Amino acid sequence: MDSAVPEIDLNRTAREHAAALRVGEYTSRQLTEATLSQIRSEQDLFNTYITITEELALQQAEAADDRLSTGEGDPLTGVPIGVKDLLSTKGIPTSAGSRMLEGYRPTFNCTVVDRLQQSGAVIVGKTNLDEFAMGSSNEHSAFGPVRNPWDTTRVPGGSSGGSAATVAARGVPLSLGTDTGGSIRQPAALCGVVGLKPTYGRVSRYGVIAFASSLEQVGPFGRDVHDVADLLTTIAGQDSLDSTTVPEPVPDYKAGFERGFEGLRVGVPAEFFGSGLDESVRSVVETAIERFETAGASIDRSVEIPTVQAALPAYYIIAPSEASANLARYDGVKYGYSFKDGESVDEEMSMTRGYGFGDEVKRRIMIGTYALSAGYYDAYYLKAQKVRTLIRQEFAMALSKCDLLLTPTTPSVAFALGEKIEAPYEMYLSDLYTLPVNIAGNPAISVPCGFVQGLPVGLHLIGRPFDEATLLRAANAYQEETHWHEQAPQSKY
Amino acid sequence: MSLSIDEVKHIARLARVNLSDAEVTWMHDQLASILDHFEMLSEIDTDEVPPTAQSFELTNVDRPDIAGASIARDSALAGAPRQEDGYYRVRAVLD
Repeated sequence: MDSAVPEIDLNRTAREHAAALRVGEYTSRQLTEATLSQIRSEQDLFNTYITITEELALQQAEAADDRLSTGEGDPLTGVPIGVKDLLSTKGIPTSAGSRMLEGYRPTFNCTVVDRLQQSGAVIVGKTNLDEFAMGSSNEHSAFGPVRNPWDTTRVPGGSSGGSAATVAARGVPLSLGTDTGGSIRQPAALCGVVGLKPTYGRVSRYGVIAFASSLEQVGPFGRDVHDVADLLTTIAGQDSLDSTTVPEPVPDYKAGFERGFEGLRVGVPAEFFGSGLDESVRSVVETAIERFETAGASIDRSVEIPTVQAALPAYYIIAPSEASANLARYDGVKYGYSFKDGESVDEEMSMTRGYGFGDEVKRRIMIGTYALSAGYYDAYYLKAQKVRTLIRQEFAMALSKCDLLLTPTTPSVAFALGEKIEAPYEMYLSDLYTLPVNIAGNPAISVPCGFVQGLPVGLHLIGRPFDEATLLRAANAYQEETHWHEQAPQSKY
Repeated sequence: MSLSIDEVKHIARLARVNLSDAEVTWMHDQLASILDHFEMLSEIDTDEVPPTAQSFELTNVDRPDIAGASIARDSALAGAPRQEDGYYRVRAVLD
């Protein structure tokens, strides 16, 4: 960099960077160089990236500068972004956090990466994750765990741990993750950033390495709700390559922001405040509820999701069942790791998969194979799908009386690295409040709402299907009241 | 439902996941403890409830059947662990 390069404040939001790029305060190339330097030093501390895409980023930045110099450009043009290493990027290693995809370079981009590139966003790297998005702590990564920027002895949450941590650590203003049972919202809560899971069908899954196809969605992380709305706008919409995307047009997500809390009816279902909830987290969330009420929202504590306690077991049947089918494709024949010294096709496949997959992935493939196997299908998979119907109906009923539901995002703040690694069901409980939403398919957002002993707490808002606009409006109104999202973890490391 | 060691071996075989003897024991204990938590589902009355496979019922989604570009053979084979004459190579499937 030459001596004329201005100091760039990486605390800025995407919107602030976009404004600075437009008035020529700095160029996207300069912003991208500063970002690359920041994420390299962050990498040593938090292990947030699997691949840093320097060459591509600088090319994209220069293209963005050209576009901006003609007065053109979208809200994200020239703005750096990290993407979860579950999203296929053409010619760039895509690992899914697994040994299984060693050396794999996709021959195509996933649709959301194509849309990012069309918008002119600058992809600076592929973020670390739990292997194949299975996990809640980012400890199940073949590339080592991500550390929480607020306290490096603690987990960032998962599975999109790298995407959450790099936004919290001011590496990038925006990132993309995926959420199958809470994998955006839980790490957003634990890292003190905003994370949104769109309605199932709102965002294309084409080219997203599949884990549980009926549950997962790609979604944005950001440090404020405006940025998250802009990123959602960029990636949302029907895709002819994903037949589960819906034809409904993408609305203007910020159109209602001016109305704030006005007229909002917020349901608080008691089932999400039960005995599993840490008392300090409960107290922070209750304070947030009071804030909603004093700011003009009406609170309804009569809404119920009575079957919600069955969501966790239903999820851990449905998701592993789908995973066992989706992960059947990793056979060591077409790409990735391959064991070549066997006597037969069978032996080579079994050895490839036995070595290539980590413990949590094997555990889920085994559960899924068992749940789908002869004699157990009715008791497990079919039963879980029926429970899914009940949970969907209960969310629909609750949201017929309210505009959104408010709950904690997680039962506790970030836990210590290693604390739950040997107790899978304990780990699964950290998604207790998020995974019912994937079962139902609704959209939900986590926004920072305070701290317990210096660690961030997330507020979870759940909306009606395809009504991300109301979620974003309420989250933005709350953020304008409280400013919790402006707290940065720098002082902690 | 109790899970036996032999069942664990059988499932691993179905899933084509090689497990050492130590891994079989470990996996057995872990799966058994997870399956215990599934038992509560049997207490929920679902006799009249239809199953849900996907959240929002889109049906018969189709598009015009127009041929387009596909991935070039070289590019598809670029990451292949073994290839020969433009094909993926595997061990003989039949004796």
